[in-house]
Amino acid sequence: MADDATQTDDAPLTASKRSGAAAELIGQIPEAQGSSVVGRAVTINKPAAELYSYFRDFRNLANFMENVVSIDVRDGGRSHWVVKAPAGRTVEWDARVTEEEPNRMIAWTSEPGADVPNSGRIEFKEAGARGTVVTATIAYDPPGGVIGKVIAKMFQREPGIQARRDLNRFKQLMETGEIATPAMNPKQFEEMGL
Amino acid sequence: MKALAWHGKHDVRMDTVPDPEIVNPRDCIIKVTSTAICGSDLHLYDHFIPTMQSGDILGHEFMGEVVEVGAKSTLKKGQRVVVPFTISCGSCYHCNKHQYSACPNGLPADNQDIARTAYGTEMAALFGYSHMTGGYAGGQAEYVRVPFSDVGPIVIPDGVDDDKVLFLSDILPTGWQAAEYAEIEPGDTVAVWGCGPVGLFAVQSAFLMGAERVIAIDHFPHRLELAKKFGAETLNFEQTAIYDALMEMTGGIGPDAVIDSVGLEAHGLFLDNVVDEVKAATFLGTDRIHAIRQAIIACRKGGRVSMPAVYGGFVDKFPLGAFMEKGLTLKTGQTHVQHYMPALLNAIMEDKIDTEFLISHRMPLMDAPKGYELFKNHQNECTKVVLKPGMTAA
Repeated sequence: MADDATQTDDAPLTASKRSGAAAELIGQIPEAQGSSVVGRAVTINKPAAELYSYFRDFRNLANFMENVVSIDVRDGGRSHWVVKAPAGRTVEWDARVTEEEPNRMIAWTSEPGADVPNSGRIEFKEAGARGTVVTATIAYDPPGGVIGKVIAKMFQREPGIQARRDLNRFKQLMETGEIATPAMNPKQFEEMGL
Repeated sequence: MKALAWHGKHDVRMDTVPDPEIVNPRDCIIKVTSTAICGSDLHLYDHFIPTMQSGDILGHEFMGEVVEVGAKSTLKKGQRVVVPFTISCGSCYHCNKHQYSACPNGLPADNQDIARTAYGTEMAALFGYSHMTGGYAGGQAEYVRVPFSDVGPIVIPDGVDDDKVLFLSDILPTGWQAAEYAEIEPGDTVAVWGCGPVGLFAVQSAFLMGAERVIAIDHFPHRLELAKKFGAETLNFEQTAIYDALMEMTGGIGPDAVIDSVGLEAHGLFLDNVVDEVKAATFLGTDRIHAIRQAIIACRKGGRVSMPAVYGGFVDKFPLGAFMEKGLTLKTGQTHVQHYMPALLNAIMEDKIDTEFLISHRMPLMDAPKGYELFKNHQNECTKVVLKPGMTAA
């Protein structure tokens, strides 16, 4: 078995079996908070600038992030998030943009007092004829620690599952102008959630 | 409205459900005028496909009249359209390459996890074909909500009968793609396993693509008769050793290309089939694959294997050694229906392809449960059931 401390290949940290990989991944987030981390990539057939500008207007995120109830945008790169949690509860926090490069990257962290301390970065990388590779890395402290994480997984609000589905919905919205649903009418669509 | 709903193995019923409405801007609603029962619907009927839920509306071969359009649909009320069974967006990387059945954008994000776990990737959304493919209500109903109606449905000129064009929705393009994937060269001999609708369209397509001989294999005499009508030589596997016959008929070489249009519920009392059936019943393996085994063993060295047949799970005793040693090529996949529809509509209009010969039964939509029973248990004479919501019981 390879030395657990050193990576000997070119694999992304999200695919690593090494125990130190999560900490390294969290270390890539500016002003990181949170001990659990998820990373997901999706390819979207649109230019990076278009995806970046849609995402940067945080009010848009509720259009494809299933758990987001509302996002209020405030001055100075600050925003207030209300997000669904298991068992019908909601959690809230204030977030602040810590770094951004137009058309390339946005990083954020939650302010002190957050119900779920979290931080992350989203990157937009041009991929030629395929469009743009969008990679999200999110670090967080699950409410209720490890047990809370298991419960979240059971209710499918676990951030790893959620990040993948949210990114897929972002892709659908950007590529097709709508979000796929088998709903038979608008009321059913609303009840099913995104 | 009335719709054919799945409630369990061999249990389909006409239920009353709310009419569908426009949900997304690119949607349209069609009033179904004709809808067929597909061989792959029998896999649902027999409960070989997972992720079905009681009340799911079946049907993925349908056409009708546009009665409602969303703000971004390009269709007009009153137009007659045939709807492809795959729900494809027309604007993603795969759709741009005309790989419509690889489109990920019709499949709701919450449904993508199932296929990601089973197949390593999300799959195309389909009408009326389990929740793994999106949980969309199907076309064996009076009305259907059709997503991406600006890129999917094809408009049918006035005066052309439903029965002539209905099969553009699935089985005609599927048979055509099967022949195309066999990469037929002039002078080739092509062997086709299964003379169901897809196999019979593959026979016609293979000749149009320049095959010199097509050998059709089945055990239903009536289906073999239909293949013969299109110029195929026939083999009945209940009376004939298929490998021996194919070798003798091709001078000991084997067919240049082989097409498996049978799939996961292969019939016949072969030893490997019996083992597969026991395993399927005990959940040790899900697919019975006699046809594809035989096709690989019979194919000539350097030949092509085309597999339009539907498989859902894992198999064993796949002859990987023969496949490698003979240097075969295999092409398969769900059909890129939208890619083939315009040219095949023209071929129908120019009478180059016969479609209506296939229909053995026309019945009112309300008789759909009887249609399933008939198609399942009387496969010799029942080649295709077309359901007509507007037809009254005889």
